[in-house]
Amino acid sequence: MDQVTPQTPARLATVWLGGCSGCHMSFLDLDERLIDLAARARLVYSPLIDVKEFPDNVDVTLVEGAVANEDHLRQIRVIRERTRVLVSFGDCAVTGNVTALRNPLGGAESVLQRAYIETATLHPRLPAADCIVPALLDRVLPVHHVVPVDVYLPGCPPSPDLIYSVLTDLLDGRTPDLAGRLKYG
Amino acid sequence: MTRRIVIDPVTRIEGHAKITLHLDDAGAVREARFHVTEFRGFEKFCEGRLFHEMPAITARVCGICPVSHLMASAKAGDALLAVTIPPAAERLRRLMHLAQLVQSHALSFFHMSSPDLLLGYDAPPESRNILGVIERYPELARSGIRLRQYGQEIIETLGGKRIHPAWVVPGGVSGPMSPEQRERLLAGWPEALQTARATLEMFKRLLDRHREEAQVFGNFPSLFAGLVTPEGGLEHYDGRLRIVDAGGGVVADALDATRYWEFLGEATEPWSYLKFPYYRPLGYPVGSYRVGPLARLNVASHCGTPIADAELAEYRQRAGRVVLSSFYYHSARLIEIVFGLERIGQLLDNPAIVDHDVRAHAARNRHEGVGVAEAPRGTLFHHYQVNDEGVITRVNLLIATGQNNLAMNRAVEQVARHYVDGHPVTEGILNRIEAAIRAYDPCLSCSTHAVGAMPLVVEVVDPAGCLLQTLRRDAR
Repeated sequence: MDQVTPQTPARLATVWLGGCSGCHMSFLDLDERLIDLAARARLVYSPLIDVKEFPDNVDVTLVEGAVANEDHLRQIRVIRERTRVLVSFGDCAVTGNVTALRNPLGGAESVLQRAYIETATLHPRLPAADCIVPALLDRVLPVHHVVPVDVYLPGCPPSPDLIYSVLTDLLDGRTPDLAGRLKYG
Repeated sequence: MTRRIVIDPVTRIEGHAKITLHLDDAGAVREARFHVTEFRGFEKFCEGRLFHEMPAITARVCGICPVSHLMASAKAGDALLAVTIPPAAERLRRLMHLAQLVQSHALSFFHMSSPDLLLGYDAPPESRNILGVIERYPELARSGIRLRQYGQEIIETLGGKRIHPAWVVPGGVSGPMSPEQRERLLAGWPEALQTARATLEMFKRLLDRHREEAQVFGNFPSLFAGLVTPEGGLEHYDGRLRIVDAGGGVVADALDATRYWEFLGEATEPWSYLKFPYYRPLGYPVGSYRVGPLARLNVASHCGTPIADAELAEYRQRAGRVVLSSFYYHSARLIEIVFGLERIGQLLDNPAIVDHDVRAHAARNRHEGVGVAEAPRGTLFHHYQVNDEGVITRVNLLIATGQNNLAMNRAVEQVARHYVDGHPVTEGILNRIEAAIRAYDPCLSCSTHAVGAMPLVVEVVDPAGCLLQTLRRDAR
């Protein structure tokens, strides 16, 4: 894993792929520690801020969620290219978890059929106009099946204390020692 | 020749979405749309699971309001068991439910929308966020963070963790509250109420600066729907559904929300993963309605707690008895935080909150159950069918945000026409379009898990708005 060189302020990003945002909520559950974090790192990309393009030279990126559609697939490659330490953030990113529960059902089509088309209709209509809504992947993938991951932080969601400890380590250029501290669910 | 502008992704909302604007040669808005780009398929993959597992699974629909799903799911489970839960269990469920209302509304106001309201829609996008608010208004930001924290701490105290607590179960809750826990929560209460009241006062002072936005952020007549108490007051956990029109006329009252398919239908559009619910007697799209804080204050005759009732009277004086502009979702949300905290205070004050009888045990006694609650963003329905062994055979989830879909699209179009037509399109203008969506506080992770496995009417509409087909599915 590339080390983050301590610098002021480090560049932090958070990304939300296919998941419930619970990991981001757990991040916000840092509560007043967010204020300390704001003093030592700059949030350069996140659903919480208005930057629309993933920037270059990001020190640490927390990736919540699994890779579930074409947009995610495209995004995660760009994110990997521009991030030094990529963290699989939460169970969906690490294993696919609940987002991947659709995998055994046999591809995107079957799930969409059920949701948007009645059985035996004459004019099936799936959302796809002008390629604005991204096509679903047939299989939902954990992040490391698509790009290399540096740190795995499981949990549904990971606890705020654990998030804070890992972030502090990474922003200070240390490799977090997670032995015995990780749990799924 | 038309020009297309895409806002991708829409930020500071709870979910994945894009907005497209189609402009004609003169730079006028021909079409503006809000697209939801997420889809997860919960209704399908829940088939085959035990109904006792459903609260834990469906909580994962959403990390922001998992408690709403826990409530609706457990209530559907109560119906499958055919039990009335013990009074102490209902009090505790209400406590957690209101705690979530407080934390979710605080999140919407402070973390998502306050940057627009306090720093300005045209503030530099790099700092127009909660961290920018922390820098500029550190005390206000800290109080907002602590207000959300109070709601989250109630949830954690009762459920063992803040997000996805496995404590709400079919038949009640899995454990009582201890006297020490009660004392601790009572100790944090005064500060939370004080913050909520101060925030509401501050927002009232800000309103005059936002007159233009209040005029165009989704200001149009529609129906409004929400649960009310038997006396017609504000209600979040239980109650009957009331629908009012833009003039305040009661269109339907005391509807049994557990038979929602009799009066609600859903339409689909090809350009969004989110469907479009409507009130069936009026058809689509005329029967479209809004839900959530604005709608709840429009349908309720009163709140039922002293401070919130005084605030409600003042709000109605300013904005009208039935408030049509979605900008006022912000006001309604802040009034609901005050209401939620007043009710939390009442629940905690009652010594019976620590009673030990918190769970009714029974086998499966029905094959079908519906659970309904008011989530922070509006009415939420969970509908399950199970076999003899309690294994799920069908699931339908009708989600609060989905019911605001058409209204959100109208808001986007209204804001776009007002600010874009004939003007150069600046970043600040695009942010206003997103801010109109933020006013609804949409929860898109919730609303796009899949819809439509239960008896519903689905109308297929082509891009020109022509009805191509009506699909009906009967209950059984």
